[in-house]
Amino acid sequence: MTSRLGLSGNTAAAYAVRQLDVDVVPVYPITPSTTIMETLAQYAADGRMDAEIITVESEHSAISAAAAASAAGARTFTSTSSQGLLYMHEVLYVTSGLRLPVVMAVANRAISAPINIWNDQSDVFAERDTGWIQIHAESVQDVYDRMVQAYRIAEDSRVRLPVMVNYDGFVLSHAHGPVTIVADEEVAHFARRVASPFRLDPDSPISLGAIVWPDHYFEVKYQAARALEDSRRVIDEVQNDFRGMTGRKYELLRPYMAEDADFLLLAIGSVCGTIKTAARKMRSEGLKVGLIGLDVYRPFPGKELMRLIGGAKAVGVLDKAFLPGSMAGPAYTDVTSALCRYGVNVPVHDFVAGIGGRDIKVEDVQTMYRVLEKAKDNARFDREIHYVGLRR
Amino acid sequence: MPYRAIKQLPAEEYLAPGHDMCAGCTVPITVRLLTRIAGKNTVVVNATGCLEVSTTPYPRSAWKIPWLHLAFENAAAAGSGVSAAFKVLKRKGLTDKDVKVVVLGGDGGTADIGLQSLSGAFERGDDITYVCYDNEAYMNTGIQRSGTTPFGAWTTTTPPGLLSAGQRTWKKDLMGIVIAHRVKYAATASPSHIIDAANKIEKAFSKGGPAFIHFLQPCVPGWKIDPSLGVKIARLAVQSGLWPLYEYEDGSVRTTVQVAKRVPVVEYFKLQGRFKHLMNRPEELTLIQNYADGLAAKHGYGPLVPASQ
Ligand SMILES: Cc1ncc(C[n+]2csc(CCOP(=O)(O)OP(=O)(O)O)c2C)c(N)n1
Ligand code: SF4
Ligand SMILES: [Mg+2]
Repeated sequence: MTSRLGLSGNTAAAYAVRQLDVDVVPVYPITPSTTIMETLAQYAADGRMDAEIITVESEHSAISAAAAASAAGARTFTSTSSQGLLYMHEVLYVTSGLRLPVVMAVANRAISAPINIWNDQSDVFAERDTGWIQIHAESVQDVYDRMVQAYRIAEDSRVRLPVMVNYDGFVLSHAHGPVTIVADEEVAHFARRVASPFRLDPDSPISLGAIVWPDHYFEVKYQAARALEDSRRVIDEVQNDFRGMTGRKYELLRPYMAEDADFLLLAIGSVCGTIKTAARKMRSEGLKVGLIGLDVYRPFPGKELMRLIGGAKAVGVLDKAFLPGSMAGPAYTDVTSALCRYGVNVPVHDFVAGIGGRDIKVEDVQTMYRVLEKAKDNARFDREIHYVGLRR
Repeated sequence: MPYRAIKQLPAEEYLAPGHDMCAGCTVPITVRLLTRIAGKNTVVVNATGCLEVSTTPYPRSAWKIPWLHLAFENAAAAGSGVSAAFKVLKRKGLTDKDVKVVVLGGDGGTADIGLQSLSGAFERGDDITYVCYDNEAYMNTGIQRSGTTPFGAWTTTTPPGLLSAGQRTWKKDLMGIVIAHRVKYAATASPSHIIDAANKIEKAFSKGGPAFIHFLQPCVPGWKIDPSLGVKIARLAVQSGLWPLYEYEDGSVRTTVQVAKRVPVVEYFKLQGRFKHLMNRPEELTLIQNYADGLAAKHGYGPLVPASQ
């Protein structure tokens, strides 16, 4: 039995958390993620969810309490944005290093200074390499669906890694959209618990978080990295089962008019909606353009991506984050690594836009596609980042 | 029934021998006592520091009860997480155990970098017993000063020199800070006074809410002491009035170990290399003696009696 509700990204995430029978929820407010925890606190206050909400004094403690509760065998959730995510930095590694299946929703927001509460993806990209599975939503429906999938992935014995569900601040966290909801019992069945043998249990005591010397550290870190790489198989399985339950199809990548496209944009999050509008326009003008949404970003689906972009004449990567002093935006560096590794020879261009809440308009996207069209016969990569929508 | 003799303590040990703490370290005395009283159904959360690195060199571990270490400054928050987890799992019928959560942090992990998370856990009233083992410096990183390093002490970051006589600040009043959170129970303790400590540990566990015990822990390299003298030095700290033994319960403070005849602070200092440079600085020693006199007066300790020959 399904129903349709008007929810924001935050309330959709909270709705899923309630259905997922989460046990421990440490929370600390930060715009634009705050309304998730407000909603959860209300659920708990109304007896609609049986969880321990811990109103911690910082995000550092939020993720620490979450990791510890997970180590004790509880299903654990927290959420944050921007400065809060950065404040967790140290413990994000600890969580993945100890293989704790915490799930966290991140309403993506720009980072300070200057302080700015609006959306870009600098926060998650600063934490890109912390060993978490990182999934991005394009719509409010995605937020809900990816949350429903998250524990199945995280708690799978082949994975045992934390999962971050990302969605654009305000654009998705606060804007309401229709969400098709799965019935409580179906979610409960879909995401039934898997007890971990590696938990703090007085009947079989383990030491978790030991100091590991050079003779083992490399192997321990490799195993976690390997599990992250291999999690794509489990993600696939969970996506398939989810499709079986709901009819909604999810994949690591989300191609749109990509199959025969000469000019492809690769992008992350809600901007994909704008890109689709632009793409349809340009198609009607005769330019064969397309889009690939990078939905699952860690593990990076390089191989799958190469299969999809091999036939394009030029590819653009849209980064809503940038790495000062580096030669390119973060997604661009991942995409070009994959191109080199798989020997795929396509010109790739880097667009940085949408920083600190700056709108990306349909015309901006058209500009990007035109750059690709013009560049198709030129150098393989261009020398510079295209900052779209920047005044200088 | 309070403990009156060591032989009444539970015998089962949960910290195995063979760990890597220094010979003569007083911290394992505290940990063994604590875990023997805590018993099997206990989870230990440990902040980064000497105890953590010395007891868990993978693939070995000295811990016979579940043990968790996440980082340096978040042990109290981790304790809250474990405590909340067992509470809700029990409610949902997913465990049948009542588990004690014991958090262990050094002075740095507790009074300095971990103070925020400690404050959060205590203010929320979370059900943890937090034990600070205070060796009065960051020992694991090689003896740097902390907020609880005593006035005048040598550390590698408070070296005495032409312009300095060691640590220039007074020991942070961690107990005062903790008590200000209106915790259910707080106490000071010393490895020299085992029965006093045992009863405090027992009380801390009985409160069902945030409890705190602050142990003074002589440290062999950090205090520059003879490895055979740790407990004796801990006793002198109490007898000098510098480490009064007391407890806070139901809103009031009670001295638990009386000292009828106090020893001068120099008697305590003489056995420790970290105060050596003070021996020819009478003005510094007077300042510290005055400070000890103040603490002693607060706890109703007896008069100063010069060292007997
Ligand atoms: C965030 C962070 N900063 C610094 C360190 C380095 N460090 C590890 S243990 C330690 C000192 C611990 O001192 P204390 O808490 O007093 O415990 P002790 O080693 O004395 O037992 C420091 C500074 C760290 N691990 N993490
Ligand atoms: S350095 Fe000090 S506290 Fe650390 S193990 Fe050695 S004696 Fe114990
Ligand atoms: Mg210390």
